[in-house]
Amino acid sequence: MRIAVCVKQIPDPATPYELDPDSHFVVRPNDQVLDDTDRYGVEIGLQLAEATEGTVTLVSMSPSGSLQGIRQALAMGADKAVIVDDDLLRGADALTTAKILAAAIDREGYDLVIAGTESTDGYSGVVPQQVAELLDVPALTFARKVDQADGTITIERQTAGGYDVVEAAVPALLTVTSGVVEPRYPTFKGIMQAKQKPIDTVTSGDLGVSPDPQQSIVAVEPVPARQAGEIVEDEGEAYLKIVAMLEQAKVI
Amino acid sequence: MTTWVFAEEVDGAPSGSALEALSKAREWGGEVAVFYVGTGGDAPFGQLGAHGAKKVYHLDAGDRLPSAAAAAAMADLVAAGAPDVIMFGMGNTDRDVAGRLSARLGLPVLSNAVAVDVADGAVTVGNEILGGTTKVRTAFAASAPALVITRPKAFNAEPSGGDAPEVVAVALPDVGHAGAATVKERHVEASEGPDLEAANVVVSGGRGVGSEEKFAIIEELAGLLGGAVGATRAVVDAGWVPYSLQVGQTGKTVKPGVYLACGISGAMQHIVGMKDSSIIIAVNKDSEAPIFGLSDLGVVGDVHKVVPALIEALKAR
Repeated sequence: MRIAVCVKQIPDPATPYELDPDSHFVVRPNDQVLDDTDRYGVEIGLQLAEATEGTVTLVSMSPSGSLQGIRQALAMGADKAVIVDDDLLRGADALTTAKILAAAIDREGYDLVIAGTESTDGYSGVVPQQVAELLDVPALTFARKVDQADGTITIERQTAGGYDVVEAAVPALLTVTSGVVEPRYPTFKGIMQAKQKPIDTVTSGDLGVSPDPQQSIVAVEPVPARQAGEIVEDEGEAYLKIVAMLEQAKVI
Repeated sequence: MTTWVFAEEVDGAPSGSALEALSKAREWGGEVAVFYVGTGGDAPFGQLGAHGAKKVYHLDAGDRLPSAAAAAAMADLVAAGAPDVIMFGMGNTDRDVAGRLSARLGLPVLSNAVAVDVADGAVTVGNEILGGTTKVRTAFAASAPALVITRPKAFNAEPSGGDAPEVVAVALPDVGHAGAATVKERHVEASEGPDLEAANVVVSGGRGVGSEEKFAIIEELAGLLGGAVGATRAVVDAGWVPYSLQVGQTGKTVKPGVYLACGISGAMQHIVGMKDSSIIIAVNKDSEAPIFGLSDLGVVGDVHKVVPALIEALKAR
């Protein structure tokens, strides 16, 4: 099975994010990290590839920078990566991102596309579904468990009150939640091999996609911060403070 | 002004987000219609009418995952006469349909809206980003319809006492292989106690609680307070509790009178789902945890010492 896994490099979530005052885009340092939620898609992709003697290609639209996040996913075991990067894509909206990813995936050839349910930095949460529509394939979304047999993918899809068992034959797109599998850690061998793996860098022009911004930020303002209250160290009696606050709130 | 609201059927009723969106759409006046996916019936349609829907387009996709067919059917309706705005909630099927419809129409969709404004035909959307610290307003610069996904509880659902709506059955369009995803089984994971989204007290646990077994103290405390149990994404992903208890960006949004966060550090993903609670009380052993920055009372201590002491004190009352 030829598997394309969508991954994203994002500013380290452990650092505070900033907006560029002019463009209002998130400031992106040269060293971005692999979005942690993408490790689950990579892991599922690797497991499905191992079960079907398939391949895993990473597809990413991001400022290429140091590519350390992409190298991390390659070190887990992916075969190659395709990075789409050019100045026209700075601040691209969700639909432009989806057009780029769909075009890159289509160019590579695929049986199954895998993505997280949303990125940690932008979280519009619709890009995978847009990619599925552009590729004209079914989307098996919000999977918390994935199985495959003879080219049919079966998932447990999260719902508001439980889960549904849903299946579709490939070609298809799959989005996975972070509970779906335990991602492997790159081995030393994997890290060394990742340095030799091919990374193709292409532009929107190469893919025949013209970025077409259809939305514009018109105002940015701070939200009044919530005031922190009292902070107490527990020395065995702090629960009394909680009891007092619950009484004050009239819930006990 | 014409507004459409997407509604997925949940337990035989319209999704809560649809009723919230309908209540918002009434402010704008004009025509308000619903695109409803599910079995349907007089009760759910009556509820939509009571919240201001005059017309309901009803698609029953049977055992198909409805997303691709629903997007195609909506695109056909748009081609026959585009509304100004189409509103979706954050439900998984809402997001599936919104994304597919956006790609099909070649129009942008703006997610995570906490405000939607219409002035002189122009639609702008308000978002809170960077963990709710910054508000951004974005204007659509495309032709109608403006596709918007709103966050839960951005608007209050209030019935207006409207009559039963006109119901138009929508035929299931043939979208070929794209519509081939089939639902084989449906499972409900029952949770006890009050509804998380409506409860006045929510007791939530994070990774700091330690394990699935130890999570029982969160449930016991919630029970004593007549509250609902919540959890962080990490806890749900670890399989300790079902997804239906997840509070945060990708889970439920709660605004209870009291939110008790136990062993929760306060990742942005979690905070956006609970930051508008009236009173926030946090217990965490790390004094640097971001959750303390928005807590009315922060206890730096061991969850497994503080919570059991609290439980004993409540039992003794």
